[in-house]
Amino acid sequence: MLKITDLHAGIEEKKILKGINLEIKAGEVHAIMGPNGSGKSTLASVLAGRESFEVTGGSVAFQGKDLLEMSPEDRAREGMFLAFQYPVEIPGVSTTNFIKTAVNETRKYRGQEPLDAVAFLKLMKERMKLVQIDQSLLSRSLNEGFSGGEKKRNEIFQMAMLEPKLAILDETDSGLDIDALRIVANGVNQLRSKDNAFLVVTHYQRLLEYIVPDFVHVLYNGRIVKSGTKELALELEEKGYDFIKNELLVTEQA
Amino acid sequence: MSNETIQYFKGLYTLSAPDAPALKTFSGKSMDDFSKWGLPGPKHEEWKYARVASLFRNDLKFSVEVPSVSESDIDPFRLPGNGTATELVFVNGLYSQALSVIRHPATDIHALSMEDAARAEYGDFIAQNLGHSASYHPDGIHALNGAFAGKGLFLRVKKGRILEHPIYIYHVTDSRHGFPFAQPRSLVHVEDGAQVQVAEQYINIGGQDSFTNEVIEIVAGLDSVVDYYKIQHEGPLANHVGTTHIRQAGKCLTNSVTITLSGGMVRNNLNMIMESEHGESHMYGLYLLAGKTLADNHTIVDNVKPHCFSNELYKGIMDDESTGVFNGKIFVRKDAQKTNAYQSNKNILLGEKASANTKPQLEIFADDVKCSHGCTVGRLDEEALFYLRARGIGEQNARALLLHAFALDVLANIKHEGLRTYVDALISERLGFNI
Ligand SMILES: Nc1ncnc2c1ncn2[C@@H]1O[C@H](COP(=O)(O)OP(=O)(O)O)[C@@H](O)[C@H]1O
Ligand SMILES: [Mg+2]
Repeated sequence: MLKITDLHAGIEEKKILKGINLEIKAGEVHAIMGPNGSGKSTLASVLAGRESFEVTGGSVAFQGKDLLEMSPEDRAREGMFLAFQYPVEIPGVSTTNFIKTAVNETRKYRGQEPLDAVAFLKLMKERMKLVQIDQSLLSRSLNEGFSGGEKKRNEIFQMAMLEPKLAILDETDSGLDIDALRIVANGVNQLRSKDNAFLVVTHYQRLLEYIVPDFVHVLYNGRIVKSGTKELALELEEKGYDFIKNELLVTEQA
Repeated sequence: MSNETIQYFKGLYTLSAPDAPALKTFSGKSMDDFSKWGLPGPKHEEWKYARVASLFRNDLKFSVEVPSVSESDIDPFRLPGNGTATELVFVNGLYSQALSVIRHPATDIHALSMEDAARAEYGDFIAQNLGHSASYHPDGIHALNGAFAGKGLFLRVKKGRILEHPIYIYHVTDSRHGFPFAQPRSLVHVEDGAQVQVAEQYINIGGQDSFTNEVIEIVAGLDSVVDYYKIQHEGPLANHVGTTHIRQAGKCLTNSVTITLSGGMVRNNLNMIMESEHGESHMYGLYLLAGKTLADNHTIVDNVKPHCFSNELYKGIMDDESTGVFNGKIFVRKDAQKTNAYQSNKNILLGEKASANTKPQLEIFADDVKCSHGCTVGRLDEEALFYLRARGIGEQNARALLLHAFALDVLANIKHEGLRTYVDALISERLGFNI
């Protein structure tokens, strides 16, 4: 589904991603962990097409297509979804109206008829249940005045509405209490299927108890320095990131 | 300005000089002022951006005869709910009783030409109130309108009448046979306790060069509520200078929304004269400009009496090479203690060559007042744009959604639902929203 090969990217003169290699297949859940500033959000942003980052090398294939050639909207329409670490507040745009536009533009791109008001409402009601989000939140302006948890839940709700092939969750767990975390994880788990995939960026092992990953990668200083199964996450939790740093030192010295 | 221009208008004035005493003095004085002052040039501080004099070309044609325009010419431009609203029509600046349709009962309103009103029972009211705006605009273009005030409209909204349906004023300029100069004049008396919505719509039939120089004066009585809307979308060749002058003759509530979507050179003056204690006024404006349009909004809130509240919000979106100008004056006179006056102007520049000029001008002579003003000029929020696009919303629609959201807190103040929907559709169309 996604194949990242030797991806380099940065902003202005600063190099942030320094050769990322990663392959994600349909049905898989990958987790990316790593200390602050290691480049996790940058990777997520580059995949979603944020133009402020410059890709200086490498390639990304998404379902066989050259992802880096596509506009952000086409990536989304092709099935890429990024749950933002910091969802943007947009006063004056109603959440419902926004999602309806997003759903129908995506349908149009795929050659489907737009959903009419009734069908859209039905879909919305169904997906609202999935993430236990309240109607009153959706009739407000997009993310405006939402609490941290509400914003994150709104991201997962949008994901549920858009049914992406690949969803990247950028620290969706941070700032959530345990109940909200469970709801978010539960939403993700219900959407998991053999046809889609998830890339879960997180700081803590905690989330991975609920969303159990097939693979765990450690991103450090712009590179994936270690990959393993879910046990790696536990090891990180126990020993902290220093153990990776030390291991790296050892490898470099050898 | 050339002497010929003055002679040209003097000649036409002589042809049409009103005989009713209530009008004669005012028109004569206005003609004299025009001759004396001429047209304001770019050195005139108030006319730095709106270069009116350049519009007085040789082919500009002013006439005191109503040209032939038919009802069907107006049909495409009628505002929503026109089956129940009163529609008052000006053609090339002259009030046309023939084209106007008064749908309110005579117990609610009385609408007639200024000349007829001056000859009838409204002589005294006209003598006392017509031209109150003149002292706020000591310039030739304002005076020139006054000289032909007799060709205008007098509208009375009767005491205590709460009008459910709006009153629409259509300003038609017919540019099919030359470059028309229209000078509509209106005097509106909203009597004590009456409530009315008045909307002005500007229509350029022919889509060629046109120039409207308008003055509308509204006198709002005690406990009245006046909602005033001005909708400008005449196309890029329509030029406009207009003054809306609203007086709070008694404690009342007066609201104004000015929407400018197109035009060549557009100058809007809006005056709120807070001359009764505890008066309240709200002034909203949206200018959404493209091409080479210049829209220059000058507003005045004159706090004459104490305890008045005014709130003002003007928003601009400038694309291409367009220019938005906002000048907001707040006067607080010596006796106007406890004045609350707020003003805000926000602009988004889209075009590389677009510009925004904003100038708050507060002149405060009382010491116990609350006044604030603020202005911003920025670009579209790139973070927000990316967020929308990352959900599959195309760039054009994403921009349109954000700009529409920006316009919303002006648009939302159009209380009449049909009218709000109408303006909303014009804005969405202009923003290119498409799904
Ligand atoms: N917009 C930006 N401008 C400049 N530097 C940035 C920007 N975004 C991220 N960086 C830098 O890139 C590095 C990686 O950041 P980020 O991808 O946000 O890390 P993470 O998500 O792993 O915490 C950090 O050093 C950060 O300061
Ligand atoms: Mg991050």
